[in-house]
Amino acid sequence: MEFLTYFSHVFEPISLLLLVGGTIGGLILGATPGLSPTMAVALLIPFTFHLQPSQGLILLGAAYTSTVAGGAVSAILLKIPGAPANIATSLDGNEMAKKGEGAKALHLAFMSSAVGGIFGVLLLIFLTPTLAKWALAFGPSHLFWIAILGVTVIGTLDSQSFVKGLLSGCIGLWLSMIGYDDIQGAERFIFTDALTGGINIIAALIGLFAIPQVLDMMSKGRSLSAVGAIKVQHQSLSSSFREMIANMRALSIGTVVGSIIGLIPGVGGQIAGLVAYDQSRKFSPDKDLFGTGHPEGVIAAESANNAMVGPSLVPLLTLSVPGSPTAAVLLGGLLIHGIFPGSDLFKNHAAVAWTFIDSMLIGQVLMVIFGIYIANLAAKVAQVPRSVLAGGVFILAVFGAYSVQQSMGDVHVMIVLGISMYVLEKFGFSAAPLVLGLILGPIAESNFLQGSLIAGAQDGAAVYFLTGTLNLFLIFLVISSVAYAFWSTKVADRKSDKQTASGGR
Amino acid sequence: MSVSSRNLQQISSAGIVLIIAISVAWLSYTREPAEAFLFPRLISIVFLVLSVWNFARAGLGLARVGGGVDVTSAINLTPGLVVMALFAFWLAQFLGFYVASTLTFFTLLTLYDTGNRRQLANWIKRAVITIVFMAVMYGLFAYVLKVQLPRGLFI
Repeated sequence: MEFLTYFSHVFEPISLLLLVGGTIGGLILGATPGLSPTMAVALLIPFTFHLQPSQGLILLGAAYTSTVAGGAVSAILLKIPGAPANIATSLDGNEMAKKGEGAKALHLAFMSSAVGGIFGVLLLIFLTPTLAKWALAFGPSHLFWIAILGVTVIGTLDSQSFVKGLLSGCIGLWLSMIGYDDIQGAERFIFTDALTGGINIIAALIGLFAIPQVLDMMSKGRSLSAVGAIKVQHQSLSSSFREMIANMRALSIGTVVGSIIGLIPGVGGQIAGLVAYDQSRKFSPDKDLFGTGHPEGVIAAESANNAMVGPSLVPLLTLSVPGSPTAAVLLGGLLIHGIFPGSDLFKNHAAVAWTFIDSMLIGQVLMVIFGIYIANLAAKVAQVPRSVLAGGVFILAVFGAYSVQQSMGDVHVMIVLGISMYVLEKFGFSAAPLVLGLILGPIAESNFLQGSLIAGAQDGAAVYFLTGTLNLFLIFLVISSVAYAFWSTKVADRKSDKQTASGGR
Repeated sequence: MSVSSRNLQQISSAGIVLIIAISVAWLSYTREPAEAFLFPRLISIVFLVLSVWNFARAGLGLARVGGGVDVTSAINLTPGLVVMALFAFWLAQFLGFYVASTLTFFTLLTLYDTGNRRQLANWIKRAVITIVFMAVMYGLFAYVLKVQLPRGLFI
């Protein structure tokens, strides 16, 4: 029950202010289509540089939780999911809003988000220390395989093409090697002065997640007009609460499905929401009502996508393997403060880790309170023209990238990486595995070199890296993740061939 | 976008990735000291194998993911990209961050705003949005975060 000790730290004035600010800001950003939770967290990282580690993490954690929930506002009132995690919410949420039940849909979305979110964070609280202690037994060879596992799992699960997903991971690993080698001091892949110190992780995160979205908005040109939001009428909170309790089955399915999916690295909120929605429909006696404005659909989807948030941090905080792209950005936020996840985190930085986790618990409650009251404002902000968003995000990205090291080189790196990522995404490559490669590359390399030195004094590298129960288990996981992705790509290809053939007849 | 144009784009992108992979492998195996390139050598082999596979799939017309960049998007993007590049690689240091950012934001807003460009009211609206946005950025970075941003001809 160590987490109870640090609750008071969350209520320190600056921490509380950041938690409230992060929650409100996250709700508004989350409601804005085109601004993903990952991008919002990436853009916030430069600001955390000037804060204490626990305060910085409180801000990032609040933004992560509330952007996922905030996406429900535009999904319900505009039928435009604020983030991929809210796609399932729009199916019934918008239909409810059209029927004049917008307020009820929003209440149900935020309340079930909070229930799912609290369950997810409790899972994080009880699983993380145990797994972190288990991680103490890991040596360099295991840590090397875990880093490789992080890249392959996200590379294969987050991408539509497993070859391109793995290639994205390789590009990230290569980018992580640019700069001076830590041990020999040798120059590696330095093509320009801007790369002398290697690629700054924050500039890279901003470039890889923000610039492609800016370019995507610009690529749609001047043709887009604002979408009208459905007005929200007053609705009593207690009746919405009773409605949520009456739909306990959907709430439980969403919470459990979201929590399990969150624990699997790389799967993410979109899958959590859609799977929970689908399962809830299968188990419901009112199957036919789904898609027509049925509260169960909103409850299942929203409890799942927020239940996913806490568990997605379990592999991150214990093994350095982020459970989602946003968790990968959070890892970047930890590393810039010199904090390494794993057993070290709970041993040497217990106050930082527990304050952060506790803040996520309190953040769920704040999210309901503010979410319900600022939904109308968030819906207005969600209608901000794309031209303003594109220009604003670009300037903020440039200022943020520059402010980390006061270097124009970082701005250039950010823009070049961002433009390259936009083009790569158009060809099926994915930013998440690339970022994972970039973040986990130094961890993989240092453990590989350390392991090689130990292996030199023992039975050789092959024995050291390829034998032992834990090594074999991790290698099995690496191979399984690749094999599974290969198999699912083949199945998808066959299905698409069949559809093309039947469509051609 | 036609199938042949899409395939050509897939082959071109796979070709560029293959060239990068070959360059990384070549640099990893030719540069010294060898100890500093131990890990890059390991990764470059995997990178190269996957790139060859990706290129072969693209060449055989099996690359199904990603539709490439269509002409309309490219036309829409070009002016914005030029403005962004001009700002980052020249204007920010020449004019100073704040002046250059104000000009860039206003230009991007004008380029992509759906409002009629012949109406004075729209120009005033864009100018007001720019001033408010830049005032917030100035307050945030200069006063709250106390970041020293590059100063050029102006501020």
